[in-house]
Parts: sequence; structure tokens; C-alpha cells
Amino acid sequence: MAILVFVEAAEGKIKGNSLEAVAYAKAMGGPVTAIALGAVDKAELEALGKYGAEKVLHAKDAKLDQGIIQAYASVLSKALEDEKADILVLANSSLGTPVAARVAAKTGAALASNVVDLPNTASGFVVKKSIYTGKAFAHIELKSQKKVIAIRKNAAELKEVGGTATVTDYNPSLSDADFVTKITSTEKATGEILLPEANIVVSGGRGMKGPEHWGLIEDLAKTLHAATGCSKPVSDMGWRPHHEHVGQTGVKVSPQLYVAVGISGAIQHLAGVNSSKCIVVINKDADAPFFKAADYGIVGDAFDVLPKLNEALKGAK
Amino acid sequence: MKILVCISHVPDTTSKINFTENNTKFDPSGVQFIIGPYDDYALARAIELKESTGSTVTVINVGTAETEPTIRKALAIGADDAIRVNADPVDSFFVAAQIAEHAKAGGYDLILMGRESIDYNSGAVHGIVGEMLGIPSVSPVMKLEVDGTKVKMAREIEGGKEYVEANLPLVAGCQEPIAEWKIPNMRGIMSAKTKPLKVVDAKAVDSGIKLQKFELPPPKGAVKMISADNVGELVTLLKNEAKVL
Repeated sequence: MAILVFVEAAEGKIKGNSLEAVAYAKAMGGPVTAIALGAVDKAELEALGKYGAEKVLHAKDAKLDQGIIQAYASVLSKALEDEKADILVLANSSLGTPVAARVAAKTGAALASNVVDLPNTASGFVVKKSIYTGKAFAHIELKSQKKVIAIRKNAAELKEVGGTATVTDYNPSLSDADFVTKITSTEKATGEILLPEANIVVSGGRGMKGPEHWGLIEDLAKTLHAATGCSKPVSDMGWRPHHEHVGQTGVKVSPQLYVAVGISGAIQHLAGVNSSKCIVVINKDADAPFFKAADYGIVGDAFDVLPKLNEALKGAK
Repeated sequence: MKILVCISHVPDTTSKINFTENNTKFDPSGVQFIIGPYDDYALARAIELKESTGSTVTVINVGTAETEPTIRKALAIGADDAIRVNADPVDSFFVAAQIAEHAKAGGYDLILMGRESIDYNSGAVHGIVGEMLGIPSVSPVMKLEVDGTKVKMAREIEGGKEYVEANLPLVAGCQEPIAEWKIPNMRGIMSAKTKPLKVVDAKAVDSGIKLQKFELPPPKGAVKMISADNVGELVTLLKNEAKVL
């Protein structure tokens, strides 16, 4: 039984979370067919073989260069049928999650998103998903033959298992009815490490005292090859853009390392970071609630600690 | 324009989550319930559109009788009437099927809801409703303007946003900063008591999903404190103990 994996690209490269989706499908037992939509470099698609894809379908119609939710859902549903695949795996993302919902509704598949681990198939097909914004998990059985699984970062280990995948063009007929939504323009930071993809995140809160001090956060992030994040008040005050807001109503992250600077640790912020593997908290208030959720803590002034920490990290390389 | 706003009834964001009956039931004791924060943004934008375009706003909730105070709050904020589909909102597909049923019957032009509920976090209801009705679904939407039958939106993407246009009818999953949350005033609270709240039975739906059990994450170990004068020790610990560098 083939498993279809939808892979997303950004700036010409397959996203790290999509590579994990391929690795997830491979670990489920494959065989794995990946599918990419719109313009992506062929070498990138062939390299999906490394993580276990045998075959890659490339739907390169220029109309698919933009991520139109309805159109993507139609192409993926058609590909499931053409490949006689019962399972679609993809990464949770601003595009992947809404597309997964439409594919499930279109094909009658059982849907699980925010899945954090490989399925347990000892009896039935049970997936573990994050619920209550990271405060708990649910084990749910997907009883339908067809299944759509949207995974969270770190749901599968990225292991190199194979070589080169065979890339074939895929040309399903596209219906104009699926393109009634138009994307007129895009504003996007380039060259930055994206928050949901990052293995390390450095976040700043009100303790940074103003946007003019963000250089300290950015310097540390650069040394660590980390993405930058912020607390809700910081994004509400316009110090940082909304897509950097980490928390219950912002981006939920699950990096290897989360460094929080000048963030008190309101429960709403913790909800966005509590699946991080390791949390470091730097705050001048020894009573900040965030220390209770941390692995390592430093009580100190960010303006004093950050430059010293940055130097120490550089020296350790 | 007829607007339908779908609201979830969820634990307040500060709630501690617990389960009972051998980890198969959510424990509501001591928990305060609210309109889902994302749904609250959708509702606030709907009320703004009601005021600027003379629209009507209906709220719909899939829930048992305990959700009525939450629905009354939405009416106090300014919705005109409400529908409660009398059932446990067991999963996205079930909830979406109920909403689609009423959305179709009511002939709504714009269906708004949060990008996700903060209990199950699936982020799927808007997409499933859109698919069931055969209309576009856009999410997560951080800005939404209606000009005649044209809707202009900003959708958040990783690292930025994209500007999207579509025609009514359409479904949008909303998030901040689409509108400011509204707090009901006394007149709103009084009038909410007499606004129509229709209770209907749910239609039978099989979503192919069965909950087996809930699980709480393991408790966090104690924090290790490091002196601000010795940041080198932190680097060593991150490298050798946590192994994250």
C-alpha cells in the first residue's frame, strides 16, 4: 500500500518539515511516493530519495506556483486515486493544514493533524496528536481505509536511508473552479530561518525594553543558526512582526532548544513552547514563572547576559 | 450580507488541563469556559462588518446545553441570533458537517470562524465546510475587507503574509489582528437574553475517528540555575548534558 507525501518548497528548496513527512511515511513502512506542486528544482526532488521516497510526482503547471488551497486539495486527491494510495502524509503548515482538511473532506478520509509520533498499529491504526495547545495529547483511532495525517515538527527522525528518487511529471487536468481564489501579492522575509522550521529559537519579550534592542536577540540567533521569536505583547506593540509571535494564539514551536529572554512566561506563551526539547530562560526577575518551565535558567539583565553568552557560544565553536 | 460565525466553547487559555475516567474524559471542574479566542476575532470582525455594511450576524455552536452562556455572550457582543446544534463536538468532520448543513439552509454569504479551536487545535473545520459547500476556504486570515461581492484578505504564511482575493460566498478561518476583541456592554447583555437561540438536533455523521484516550505530558524536571557571571557553564551544559548544540 503506497503512501503519498505532499512536499512543500520555499525559495526553491524542499522545506525541512516536508523532509520529515517523507521520513515519517518511510518509517510507517512505505513504499513512498512524494508529490510536489509548482516550480521546484528537479535535483531537490530527486534528493527526496535520501529520506525514503521511491518516486516523486511533479505537477509543474505554472498555475500551481501559487499555493491555492482548493486547487492543491484537488490535485492531491486526484494523485491519491491515481497512485492507489490510501494514506496522505504532509507537514502541518499555513498551507498544509487547510489543504489536508479539504483533501479529507473530498476523499472521505479520516483526518488527524498536529500528529507528534508514528502511528501505533498494534490494534487498529492509532495516532497521537497534540491538543489543548500543547498541554495534552489525544490518542485517536483512524478507522477509515483512507487517512490524511498532518505531522508536527519532530514527529519523525530525519534519517538518510536511500539514494535518488525517480521524478515523473504529473499532469492532472485542472478545473478553473479551483482557481477562483487569487493570490495578488506576497510579503515574505527572505534568507531568514523560518520559525516553524527552526531547530533553535531565540525569543525576546518586554524585558528587551524596545525594538531598538533586538540586535542582541538577532546576534545570538545568528550565532546559534536560530530563528527569532517574540512574546504576544511584543508583537501587539508592533516591536516585531506578527509571524514571530510565539504562543497560544501565535506560532507553536517544537525546536530542540528554545531560549527565552525577558519573557515572564505567561501560561499562554508556555502553551506555544512547551514541546521544545530544552528551554533556557534568561530573566532579571528571579520569580518569573517561566523558570518553573525551564531546563536551565539565568537570573540576570538581558543587556549584560546576552553579549556574554554570545561570546561564550562563539568561543565554543 | 448574511454572515455566519462559528464559535467553539473552550477552556480559558489559563486553564490547567485534567482528565477523568481513566483518561477518557475532559475534567471541567474548576475550568472557566470562553468563546475560542480565534473565534472571538472572527466574531469581532463580523460585528464590524454588520455595522459598516448593514449585515446580519448569526452564530452557530455545536455543543451541549452547557455552552449556552458562551453563545449568549456572543449575542451580547452583537450577533443577532444563534443556533446551537445539540451534540458533543467530537471531531472536526462532525462539527463541520453540522455547520455545512445549516450554512446551506441559511444561504450565508460569509462564514467566519477561528483558524482553529484551542482544545483540539485541528485547524480543519473551515476547510471541510468549504469543501462540503463547494466554495473557497481561506485560513489563517489576519485581515478581511468586503467590497460588494469581492473579499480581500491577508493570509499569514511562514515568515510573512500573502494577499488573497475571492468572491462571496466564502469561508475564512480568522486570527489576530483581523479585529479587536469586543467586550459586551450592559445594553448588549440585557438584549442578549431575548435574542433568538434555536436548538436543533445534530445530523448523524461518521467521521471514521474514535478517541481512545488522553495523555498529559510528563512533569518537567527541576530547573538548573546558572550564575549570570558564568554563562560558559550554560554553554557546556547545552552541549554535553542537553546535547542540543
